[in-house]
Amino acid sequence: MDFFTFVQLGDASVRMAIPLLLACLAGLFSERAGIFDIGLEGKMLAAAFLAAAVSLVSGNAWVGLLAGIGISIALSLIHGLASITFRGNQLISGVAINFFAAGLTVVVAQGWFAQGGRTPSLPKDARFNGIDFPGALTRVRDKMQADPWAQFYSEFISGHSILVYLGLLTVPLSWWVLYRTRFGLRLRAVGEAPEAVDTAGISVVRLRYTAVIIAGVLCGVAGAYLSTAVQAGFTKDMTANRGFIALAALIFAKWRPWYALGACLLFGLFFAIDNRFQNIQLEVIWIMTGLFAAAAAMTLYALRRERIDLIVLGGLSAVLVFVGLATWIGAMDEAIGATAALFETVKVPSQLIQSLPYLFVVVVLAGFVGKAIPPRAGGQPYVKER
Amino acid sequence: MSAQTQGGQTPAIELKGISKAFGPVQANKDISIRVMPGTIHGIIGENGAGKSTLMSILYGFYKADSGEIYINGKLTEIPDSDAAIAAGIGMVFQHFKLVKNFTVLENVVLGAEDGPMLRPSLRRGRQQLKELSEEYGLNVDPDAVIEDIGVGMQQRVEILKALYRQADILILDEPTGVLTPAEADQLFRILNRLKEEGKTIILITHKLREIMDITDTVSVMRRGEMTSTVKTTDTNPADLAERMVGRKVLLRVDKKPATPGEVVLDVRNLDVVDEKDVHRVKGVSFQVRAGEILGIAGVSGNGQSELLEVLGGYEEATGEILLNGQPLDLSGAKSDGQSRRARGIAHVPEDRQHEGLIMNFSAWENTAFGYHHDEKYQKNGLLMDNSAILKDAQEKMDRFDVRPPNPLLAAKNFSGGNQQKIVVAREIERDPDLLLVGQPTRGVDIGAIEFIHQQIVALRDAGKAILLVSVELEEIMGLSDRIAVMFDGKIMGERLPSETDEKELGLLMAGMTDTDAPHSIEEIEQNLAHAGEAE
Repeated sequence: MDFFTFVQLGDASVRMAIPLLLACLAGLFSERAGIFDIGLEGKMLAAAFLAAAVSLVSGNAWVGLLAGIGISIALSLIHGLASITFRGNQLISGVAINFFAAGLTVVVAQGWFAQGGRTPSLPKDARFNGIDFPGALTRVRDKMQADPWAQFYSEFISGHSILVYLGLLTVPLSWWVLYRTRFGLRLRAVGEAPEAVDTAGISVVRLRYTAVIIAGVLCGVAGAYLSTAVQAGFTKDMTANRGFIALAALIFAKWRPWYALGACLLFGLFFAIDNRFQNIQLEVIWIMTGLFAAAAAMTLYALRRERIDLIVLGGLSAVLVFVGLATWIGAMDEAIGATAALFETVKVPSQLIQSLPYLFVVVVLAGFVGKAIPPRAGGQPYVKER
Repeated sequence: MSAQTQGGQTPAIELKGISKAFGPVQANKDISIRVMPGTIHGIIGENGAGKSTLMSILYGFYKADSGEIYINGKLTEIPDSDAAIAAGIGMVFQHFKLVKNFTVLENVVLGAEDGPMLRPSLRRGRQQLKELSEEYGLNVDPDAVIEDIGVGMQQRVEILKALYRQADILILDEPTGVLTPAEADQLFRILNRLKEEGKTIILITHKLREIMDITDTVSVMRRGEMTSTVKTTDTNPADLAERMVGRKVLLRVDKKPATPGEVVLDVRNLDVVDEKDVHRVKGVSFQVRAGEILGIAGVSGNGQSELLEVLGGYEEATGEILLNGQPLDLSGAKSDGQSRRARGIAHVPEDRQHEGLIMNFSAWENTAFGYHHDEKYQKNGLLMDNSAILKDAQEKMDRFDVRPPNPLLAAKNFSGGNQQKIVVAREIERDPDLLLVGQPTRGVDIGAIEFIHQQIVALRDAGKAILLVSVELEEIMGLSDRIAVMFDGKIMGERLPSETDEKELGLLMAGMTDTDAPHSIEEIEQNLAHAGEAE
């Protein structure tokens, strides 16, 4: 792989990370305030649809963006009403929003545009297009022949839509709001100990609604970005579970803005790898080494735990070992002799590459990546006692 | 409108005709009280007497159905905590309202910031915290994180929070419940200092000793009513107890000297490491004989809970425990509450609402838990004989004076004391060889305490071994035939109640082995903070 491939991979990672990042920060504000938001996905999806539809009709991507933010805030307020005002179950309310958005976007899209639940393709000026910085090369052929710095500047720094830059700016902004302002102090407090906030004479309800609305704005931008910047229009389920991946990234990031950037870039990288390398060839010995190492790591981990862990993870390890051996034996058909088969190259199934980000979600949620302590009052409605 | 005066002074707080009902329950009935500025006013009463409700009304948590509040002679509406703070009222709750992962400084500043930016607020907060600390002798490290400091220190942060908001009136709700005697003394010194500076203090407690030690005036509440207000110098503990309960109460446990028999429980070199790899119990050894009560004193969190859990069969341990000479399984593989009961161990757990009862289940079901495999509760060897359990439950509730004596009522609908009676009835009635009792009277009112103590002593007199764990020194001193003190997972020493006093036990509870040497409060605090690190 040459340098330009790396630059392209980095560029794609950032592009793919932006919607995750915005959704992740949305979750961060909401959860830091003690409101679990499993409805990030639904809000993004609804925003993606409405942003595309309104952009199409108005011919202006900014109007579309506002519409996307609007619907996302509306859904946030429903979540707020259910979980803050009526002290309902936050998970159920979030799931309801996801179902609602998944169904209604398609139905309304069909009703408005009659194209099988999608919007027509957006014309160029109804989208957020890449901004080329001064002196940046735009044609791929020019870039490939340029020196590394020009490649980096033209491909990685320049050429993104305004939403990418705004999205990246939200990281320091969120950090500043959380750790340098009065609002941030109170927000962090209300997710940890709402009773402390309440007895200090601050309204828990108002703080939590504010947090939920901020989450709405960020999800709205994330959705609009998907349908008016990355793609040219809305398609069914286009968020592809990014809302849930963002939640995993949030846990991985331990509910901190800068860590969130890192986590989302990592997930973005997985998506970028999937986009770019549909066809990865590896020598059998590397595949086996990787699988055996993973199996060994899991078994060693399980040995320190209870018997049930050993059964489950040991079983999983056995499967990995089996896959490794099967690959080897399969390669023997091609090569002459067992040793030669070790150095035979085989294609890594593209499904495996595609499932990388989702597999990593499982790893993160299983708690293999350090211990993450969620905000203490998260998920619990605040009821004044005594 | 100016309120009535007394001795030429305007009361700091005057409540007139405060009433508050929750549904059919009248929590406060026509309460009037007058608290003079610069005094410490105690409010004493049993659980559920309405003390906390009254103070919650004063702090804006509840709105009174009727009545008026005068602050410094001025009629004041207190619709929320914000208004209470503005009126100069500060409250230190029994369960601290602190953000555990914030620093002391952040907790103090929270809600009383100067502007939208944090840094200037924190700067001013740091400065003022320093001044307040010096003025009132409240030493705290502004940059310490709450979860890393001890409860005594956390309580000081709560007091500082109130002072930072310029509170002139300080309400403390059961402030000593979580403190060692030394820490409580330190708190009282601080309160006296605050009083000297002109602050008005309301102290809510159910501990008679505290009222006698520190208050100037005391009001007694019973069943939602303020029954009397007297000068502290004009009353005594027995008189107050009678006013609280409405009848004569025996404050001392009435018991004959113990006649210890065979060793029933023999614990040898017991070690417990919990799932977080914290070493909770460190090489503990002791014996309990038949017909005696061994009391284990200590500040909560020093390994007593884990000790009870091991004996109760639901925590793993290493070492050796012999019951009547036969070893108990400590590996956790074959032990549970069931197997322990089969060996003759009954257990009144520390946390009755989580471990002793199922709150949503009715009383009669709760009286059979853990014993529902008993033959007398079985029908045809397959079904539970519900009518037998119900009949049994009714008998137990009558004998233990559970009120209301209705076995069909859910456990959560009984008061703390009556819930505890249900648990005690279930465990004692089984005629165990060894009874484990954890915090038998936590959250239990004086009348029920007396009854429960009598039951425990009666069981002892019947020749059973009893292991009592309590954080209440008075209870330990009153009930035990021998006292062991636990600190940081170890037993610091054993004493006979007749040959020790609260001071000596308090020092042992703070990890001081040399109880004869003088110790400073700083030294004690340092030791306690060190023990807390394990948590």
